[in-house]
Amino acid sequence: MDFELLIVILIDGLVYSSYLFLVAVGLTVIFGVQKVLNVTHGAFYAFGAYLTAFLIGLAANGGWPDSGGFLIILVSAIFLGIVLGIIIERGLLKFLYDRDEHIVVLATFAAFLVLEDAILLIWGTDPYLAFQPLALLGNSEIAGLIFDNYALTMIALSFVIAFILWYGLNRTQFGRVLLAVIFDREVSMAMGINVTKVFLITFIIGTFLGALGGAYHAPIISVQPGIGVEVIVLAFAVVVIGGMGSIPGALIGAIVVGISRAAAVHMLPEVELFVIYSIMALVLVFRPEGLFAPIKARKI
Amino acid sequence: MTTVLKVQDLEKNFGGVIAARNINVEVNEGETIGIIGANGAGKTTFVNMVTGYLPPSSGEVEFLGQSLIGFKPREVTKLGLCRSFQVPQVFLSETVFDNMLVAYGIAEQTGFSLFRPIHTDDRETRVDNQLERYQISDYRDTPASALPQGVRKLLDIAMATVRNPKLVMLDEPTSGISVEEKFDLMDIIMEAMRQEDTTVMFIEHDMEIVERFVDRVWAFYQGEIICDAPTAEAMVDEKVREFVIGQEYHPAHLEGDANA
Amino acid sequence: MTRLFDKTFWGLTIGLVALFVLNFFLEEWMRTIGLQTLSRGLVAIGLLILWRAGLVSFGHALFFGFGAYTVAMLQIVGVRDIFLLMIGGIFTAGMLAFVLGFLLRQYRAIFFALLNMAFSMILYGVLAKVESLGSTDGIGIEQVTFLGINPGDDNYRFVFYIFAIVFAYVSAVAAHWYLKSTLGMMTMAVRENEIRVEYLGYSSEKAIHSKYIISGLLAGAGGVIMAVTVGHVDPDSMVYWPVSGDFVFITILAGTGNVSATFIGALVYELLRTYAFEFAPEIWQLILGGSLLLIIMFLPDGLWSIRSEWRHKRALRAANRAQASSEE
Repeated sequence: MDFELLIVILIDGLVYSSYLFLVAVGLTVIFGVQKVLNVTHGAFYAFGAYLTAFLIGLAANGGWPDSGGFLIILVSAIFLGIVLGIIIERGLLKFLYDRDEHIVVLATFAAFLVLEDAILLIWGTDPYLAFQPLALLGNSEIAGLIFDNYALTMIALSFVIAFILWYGLNRTQFGRVLLAVIFDREVSMAMGINVTKVFLITFIIGTFLGALGGAYHAPIISVQPGIGVEVIVLAFAVVVIGGMGSIPGALIGAIVVGISRAAAVHMLPEVELFVIYSIMALVLVFRPEGLFAPIKARKI
Repeated sequence: MTTVLKVQDLEKNFGGVIAARNINVEVNEGETIGIIGANGAGKTTFVNMVTGYLPPSSGEVEFLGQSLIGFKPREVTKLGLCRSFQVPQVFLSETVFDNMLVAYGIAEQTGFSLFRPIHTDDRETRVDNQLERYQISDYRDTPASALPQGVRKLLDIAMATVRNPKLVMLDEPTSGISVEEKFDLMDIIMEAMRQEDTTVMFIEHDMEIVERFVDRVWAFYQGEIICDAPTAEAMVDEKVREFVIGQEYHPAHLEGDANA
Repeated sequence: MTRLFDKTFWGLTIGLVALFVLNFFLEEWMRTIGLQTLSRGLVAIGLLILWRAGLVSFGHALFFGFGAYTVAMLQIVGVRDIFLLMIGGIFTAGMLAFVLGFLLRQYRAIFFALLNMAFSMILYGVLAKVESLGSTDGIGIEQVTFLGINPGDDNYRFVFYIFAIVFAYVSAVAAHWYLKSTLGMMTMAVRENEIRVEYLGYSSEKAIHSKYIISGLLAGAGGVIMAVTVGHVDPDSMVYWPVSGDFVFITILAGTGNVSATFIGALVYELLRTYAFEFAPEIWQLILGGSLLLIIMFLPDGLWSIRSEWRHKRALRAANRAQASSEE
């Protein structure tokens, strides 16, 4: 394998990994805290992408500077995190926490379907292209190959987010509360933790991260119907591989999936999906808790 | 006298923890065995090993001349050695009748047939007889989740004995039952067992029950059997008094008073 | 013997006769709805059996697609007869379930669901990316013959419909009888208490394995019928994960009460899909998702529970009346 190919696979792989990580980490945090496999997450990603692409388009037409795109990305993600987060968590999940886990997943699947159509109703079926932030940052040459700087910043963003999450979980008061709830919901309640509030805040954070993944990814892709469907099942693979409920797991899982995908795309495109889901199956068979098992509760 | 169960040099260790050691015992047909000992002494581990739920680290278990080593619980059950559980293991969502139906269905299963519903008139009769035997017929249509503890225990035992086993191991049959009801419960159980010529072994903490129903006592302490003797002897054995029943215990047969 | 010929049996038989008669009056588009309903209903029966055992699969499109693509592959080598195609589809799907079952029977809960999903996505990945298997365009399905007989273009769908309703009837009755047998009751037993099952003398893993194989066979059969109905197989409409999700939707809609409910559930799904799509293509998923949410919230035991609720209320009223009149 020549050096150039290696670099391409590495960089492209990390680019894939970074947006997958952003989506998957929200999914894994929600699972870790609330034990919910949130299929709706795919719609959060899609909403993030659509809203961002739409607003960037408006901004560009309105004569705004292209750098405003970054502000739009952040604001969209926060807005969607709060609005969609509250709607889904308070409007749906709240009623289902005591139900069978399969039912909860199905409910999030149903919500996903509803939101997917909401997107179609709001934005129609034509693709949106919001390349402005992409164009703004230009490109760099690495080992004789050209890469978009924007894509590289996405890699940086995912590491920044990973660090912020790690810090938040391990070094802040709220983080400690989250760890307690992840460990044991009932004992946390007995200790006086307002688990209801924790669930809501966690879900909003998770939604924000999913939406951010879509928002930041929007300038690179053609934002069109179906992106949510595709990303959620990939995010599931990432979360399973890395370990459900584990943030470092989401990072490792994303890198594994991203690099595998890039390798396949550049060397043998037919096996792209086969490889990713085979890894998922293998992990489920040999190490179902994932490569990075999250903090295991020790029950007496 | 047929030896129904023979255990030789049975041992179990989990890493550094020795859960059972040097177990050498025999059960004769018709002999009621009482297994006593403090919590964690190894009684349930013993039952788990004999019935195939837990593989022993070493040793031999023979049931009616057949080695049970390496057998799974379902195979042990089919040979005629059944057990009941400390926490009754029943199908909570189903009625008592349906629980028994499934038990008989599995016991009588031969091959695959689409055309044999589990609920036949014959089987219904057998179920009703068994319910009668354990005196829980009144609860026939009650969901298992709604049963009083004593009835649930009887159901558990009734399900365990559908195959008319030669030997049955009961894990704390009277635990969780109020003092007034314990004796009645054991009377029902032992009578049902007697009707089917089943040899009974049970784990028990209540020494009055042990004295009343048991022929021979095995006392466990820290994984070993410190006493294997007829009941009267065991109750006054020094080691048993020190490690299991306490020095204060006055066996009924010595005192001569009927404290029930 | 009489226990076998119970209300459900007669209900299904009457249903068969009714559908047979209806065939003479149906327009083509109605027949298509009927066939698609039967196809999905078959898959749902398998999922019902698994759900009774406490297991949900998020990947049964694997077997559905396998059955469908087997039809395509067999046709490529010249097999045209529906009986052979059906046997082929059931056989390959069943073999796959048999093999995967050794692995899957050791898993429970969400791991079982996700492992199924992973395998279905592996198949999707292969089918979607490999040119010789049609890739995302798929493969066309030719008209089939019936024991060598070609009924001609005019009667083709009419005859295929008869094949489908008879096949579905036999499968439904067989499934119903299976659930009444000891092996069928094992679904409940395994769900409720695996330790007890073991100590009663049965292997819960073997029980799950056999139920998994049955569900694979049924899903494969469903795939065969769908392939012939639609005249086309492709990964997106037959193997992709939302397809599995829709199968589970139908199962939830139907509830676990009765095998016949799965066809009712499949019909409701089909009507929702068709009419919502007709009305406005951008809202059929919304309606589907919304309906699923309503079912989950308000009718957790599925449509069949309406019937038992109604009978329960009727019994209560009768009891009240009996009591009232005895007090006079």
